[in-house]
Amino acid sequence: MHLLDYRAGDLKQVPTRNGFGEGLIEAGTLDRNVLGICADLSESTRFEGFKKAHPDQYIEIGVSEQLLVAMAGGLASVGKIPWIASYAMFNPGRSWEQVRTIMALNETNVKIAGAHAGVSVGPDGATHQAIEDIAIMRVIPHMTVVVPCDSVQTKKATLALSARWGPAYLRFGREKSAVFTTDETPFEIGKAQIFREGSDVAIVACGILVYNALLAADALSRNDGIECRVVNNHTVKPMDEAAIVDAAERCGTIVTVEEHQKHAGMGSRVAEILAQRRPVPIEFVGVEDTFGQSGDPVELIEYYGMGVSAIEEAARRAYARKSK
Amino acid sequence: MPTLTSQGLTELKLKANDVRQGIIRSLLSAGSGHSAGPLDMSDVFAALYGHLIRHDPKDPQWPDRDRLLLSCGHIAPVRYSAMANFGYFPVEELLTLRKFGTRLQGHPERVRLPGVETTSGPLGEGLAQGVGMAYGAKLDAKQFRVWVVTSDAEHQCGLHWEAVLTGAKFHLDNLTAIVDRNFIQIDGSTEDVMPLEPLAEKYRSFNWEVFECDGNDIAQFVETAERATAVKDKPQVIIANTVPGKGVSFMEGDYTWHGKPPNAQQAEEALSELAQARQGIAAHE
Repeated sequence: MHLLDYRAGDLKQVPTRNGFGEGLIEAGTLDRNVLGICADLSESTRFEGFKKAHPDQYIEIGVSEQLLVAMAGGLASVGKIPWIASYAMFNPGRSWEQVRTIMALNETNVKIAGAHAGVSVGPDGATHQAIEDIAIMRVIPHMTVVVPCDSVQTKKATLALSARWGPAYLRFGREKSAVFTTDETPFEIGKAQIFREGSDVAIVACGILVYNALLAADALSRNDGIECRVVNNHTVKPMDEAAIVDAAERCGTIVTVEEHQKHAGMGSRVAEILAQRRPVPIEFVGVEDTFGQSGDPVELIEYYGMGVSAIEEAARRAYARKSK
Repeated sequence: MPTLTSQGLTELKLKANDVRQGIIRSLLSAGSGHSAGPLDMSDVFAALYGHLIRHDPKDPQWPDRDRLLLSCGHIAPVRYSAMANFGYFPVEELLTLRKFGTRLQGHPERVRLPGVETTSGPLGEGLAQGVGMAYGAKLDAKQFRVWVVTSDAEHQCGLHWEAVLTGAKFHLDNLTAIVDRNFIQIDGSTEDVMPLEPLAEKYRSFNWEVFECDGNDIAQFVETAERATAVKDKPQVIIANTVPGKGVSFMEGDYTWHGKPPNAQQAEEALSELAQARQGIAAHE
């Protein structure tokens, strides 16, 4: 998988949103029909570079997230490939009905960049912490939902979604996070990746918490002798069912990890698949049916039960349940 | 667009009458749906499909066609009937309205019926999509115009006004909105439910060019649309004053006909009144 040594303490820390910004500039060069539409958040969604590189492909519409989706739908229906970016809380949070009707039912080639997702937004507090967005997007027919694990993968996902027809949601975050994939690490929409091999427990994670999952797996191996397979399940929809079933068969138990409500998120989809095809004990790591609050990102990840030790505990529980 | 001759006008009036008859027949067959709005917009739709818009019923995906969006999807029967009467599909298909497996969904879906430009029904969303299409046309130096038919009550939606702001910001003179100003909505008069007046002044203050006309007078509507589409640098709105239920006397002006279809006896009465009116138009010619 050409990963960097995630145990090393000197990994570069880069926000996933930077990967979106870089990918979009490249996508706009590759295809002049790629547009960026911004709702007054050009710096924080990382539209600025695109705006400089492709001023004719950039549209600023102010604080109007419903318009963001609807106008993009119009542009897509005359052949454009619009990327629309705001905070995930507002788009798709505020614009959900437009997303369903204009993007999905109407089948338009609009791409949503959902920035500042998760509690790791930090000090902005609960109003700005989207932790329900995977749920509301994965339930929509025709939608593709991608949650990349670091900035390098976010760039690849931006390019891949730009080149692939269809309505899509790309979810990423605000805070710096460890970069552990490389240009050589493969990426394919809909294809989960095994980042670490092991047969005792499978940890299926998405987003920046894949890194925590790897650290947890390492600690479990050292301290408990439990060997975990770590799956980077970046495409929540369409999910790589074969990879999920294979993980269940090989390890006999699953831990899902996401920066999202446990209810109806990525882990819930894993459970839906396994309940039908390969029932095994599952533990869920995520936010437990509550809202976030202001705080330091790392502090919040820990407080809401998504830190490395919380993943370790979940894996121990899963392992114990399997052994019963 | 060519000048509308008196013979052309008569043909449009006859078409509007055909459109109304199609609406009544399809609503009767469906057993549910909206009556007042479709009837009052029949003249506008006959003028659009019959004279104003550039389109080819045999090639609904023609890239250079004008885009005609129906934002208020609930008046779909008028669009379907107009499309059928102008050659997009056989008029018999109107009888499948709202039935299982039909292309004529209760609210129109682009993916199902070629010639429908966007899926609509949730209100207040059409103009915003029209803004996107008009912007896209400018980007590619395309000459097509984007027409968006809206209801008056959907001017109560915030998104609609986001689109009005945006159309003005980008000087989209290739964008023409038409308001079906019939003053009714499900719960009563628009001015009781949530007042919209002064509507023209609102648009003017948002930097749109505003036109008003009798939306049930085809000659006046065509003449107004021709002046509107000549405007440069600004989007235009035509406030088309209409009588809800127009053409069927027992429905005219009665808001309770907003969201219900005629029963068999009412449909028969309506069709006989429309047939009589059609003879009048033909005799006049």
